[in-house]
Amino acid sequence: MTTKPTTRPDYYAIAWRLPLIVWQGLFFVGPLLFMVAMSFFLVKNYRMEAAFQFSNWQRMLSKDFFWDAYFFTLWLALLATAITSVVAFPASYFLAFKASEKTRRWAIFFLIIPFFTSYLVRVFAWQVILAQSGVINAGLSFIGIGPWQMLNTQFGTMVGYLVLCLPLAVILQTFSLANIDTRLVEAAHNLGCGRLRAVFTVVMPLAKTGLVVAAVFCFILSFGDFVSPYYLGGSKPPTLSIMIVDTSKSGQQWPRAAVVAITMILTLLVVAFTAIGFAYRKRGK
Amino acid sequence: MPKILKPNRRDVLKYGAAATTALCTPYVSRAWADTVEINMLAWYGHGEPDVVGEFEAANNVKFKPKYYAGGDNMMALIAQSPPGTYDIILSDAEFVQQLNQAGYIEEMNPADYPFDDMLYDDFKHFPGHWKDDKLYSMMVRFGHLGVSYNTTAVSDAEAASYKAFWKPEIKGKVGHFDWHLPNLGQMSLYNGNGAKLWDQDEAGWKKIQETTMSLRPQVGGFFDYGGTFNGLKNNEMMAMAGIGDWITGVLERDGAPVKSVVPTEGGIQWTESYSIGKGTPKADTVKKFIQYMLSPEGQVHSARMLAYPGFCVTKAGRALLDQKDPKEAQRTGQVDGMPNDPITLIKDGRIHYRDIPVQQSLEDWNEFWQEYKNAS
Repeated sequence: MTTKPTTRPDYYAIAWRLPLIVWQGLFFVGPLLFMVAMSFFLVKNYRMEAAFQFSNWQRMLSKDFFWDAYFFTLWLALLATAITSVVAFPASYFLAFKASEKTRRWAIFFLIIPFFTSYLVRVFAWQVILAQSGVINAGLSFIGIGPWQMLNTQFGTMVGYLVLCLPLAVILQTFSLANIDTRLVEAAHNLGCGRLRAVFTVVMPLAKTGLVVAAVFCFILSFGDFVSPYYLGGSKPPTLSIMIVDTSKSGQQWPRAAVVAITMILTLLVVAFTAIGFAYRKRGK
Repeated sequence: MPKILKPNRRDVLKYGAAATTALCTPYVSRAWADTVEINMLAWYGHGEPDVVGEFEAANNVKFKPKYYAGGDNMMALIAQSPPGTYDIILSDAEFVQQLNQAGYIEEMNPADYPFDDMLYDDFKHFPGHWKDDKLYSMMVRFGHLGVSYNTTAVSDAEAASYKAFWKPEIKGKVGHFDWHLPNLGQMSLYNGNGAKLWDQDEAGWKKIQETTMSLRPQVGGFFDYGGTFNGLKNNEMMAMAGIGDWITGVLERDGAPVKSVVPTEGGIQWTESYSIGKGTPKADTVKKFIQYMLSPEGQVHSARMLAYPGFCVTKAGRALLDQKDPKEAQRTGQVDGMPNDPITLIKDGRIHYRDIPVQQSLEDWNEFWQEYKNAS
């Protein structure tokens, strides 16, 4: 016969966890639930009235412009994620495997520095760089080409997304690659695996979790970003974040803006859980 | 052990009292000064020192502005705030009735304001400012919207019609100020609706939508206040719909090759007026400020406002502007006898006061605007 050990609550541990739980409850779960409730409210004479009506959902989801914006936002975020991941990988690979310890430290430092400045300020700086009369076009005209329209285009939006995501992606990928046991790569080489093949069949699977997490961060940041599509893309066409601003600004339609926001959150949850599931999936499964 | 690390009770009291006095001194002096804080809800720039600085210094007042862009945005902000949040509200004329209906503004005494000095008779009984012969808002400035353009890409002759926006050479270079009301109003004027531009039946509304959609391939972007400035300044946009001299005037003063004109199809007038916030305990100070803004000095500050210029509404204001800043008066046509004198344009029937749609809801217009933005 075995005696069941007495389990007494560990008040000390609970006390340390409590602030985080309270914080998340008050400032994340609470507002989130309120936003869900708000999506069923009605607006009369610019004032919200508590109600339980599906009219906001029906109205927004039945509009073509909502779905156009949805798929456009999804496409831009996926494209930004793909470009960022591909562009970041060679840099991360170099920093993780080829660069000296000192170079890597300095590189990480310089990758963190952009975050010292407000993202909005950086985007305004890019307006000057990408403008018709900006730095790049001035350089192009010097060699007799251009000017090219870069500002207020999807290219401009993409530049903004990369400004936001690329440093973060390089940092996350570098940390992930740096933790790989290099003896496994050497073993692959010893067994006749070429350099490129080793990258795809050994390095990338081993760093899969970090690479996916970096990609997920890119997707989340790009999907929800307002600044780049508005100030570098000219809101042409608008993304879901711009639609939230438009909807709430005009006629105080916060409930309809909540519908857009909830749709975005659900999309992000699906993408994030799918990606994380893929990242942690064991081989052979 | 040094004494400083073992303070006795007397030391604690002594140093504590000294620290408390030092920390409280600024607040005590501030309380003596009795500065009145005025919460203002207004378009950009109205609470800045170039407009209110003189009044603040003379009356020991400090303005705390909350800025908005667009009447819908203004209504949304005020509806979200507890009653009495704003002491003074600057509104576009077409939204005053809604402010009044919702009970956000106080009745005003017409005897307090210089109605006899108004430049134009309509301004004395401006639509929307009065209800049942009671005054609820006082007009302080106005401006005209038309075709705004870069003179290197669009000629003056081309800009004499809204057709300039469809000029093939500026494809992708036409911008919109991101607010449905002035843009769709201009499209309605282009359709030849004249004075009935806001009062369109289903067929008329459909035609406005078609005309607007036909402009979409020309459009290079939708911009907020700052973006509109930048777009014109850095030559990204060669023409801009939905604005007027209130934006191009600022750039023109800095030497940029941009200007705005009222085209032959007609222009739209924006009209800004001050109302006193419902239940404010500072109504007297607010009234004094509105009187100041209608004084010749206040009118000149308003006309030369750094954020965006506006026309004077009083004769004395215009006279002082002509005297103090003849260059700006000439540039804006605020000199009697000039062909582009804003009052002459109104008298000639070329200007239509901005309003809200009569037969459709603002929601209908806004939804179409969202569709338009998403169209390719």
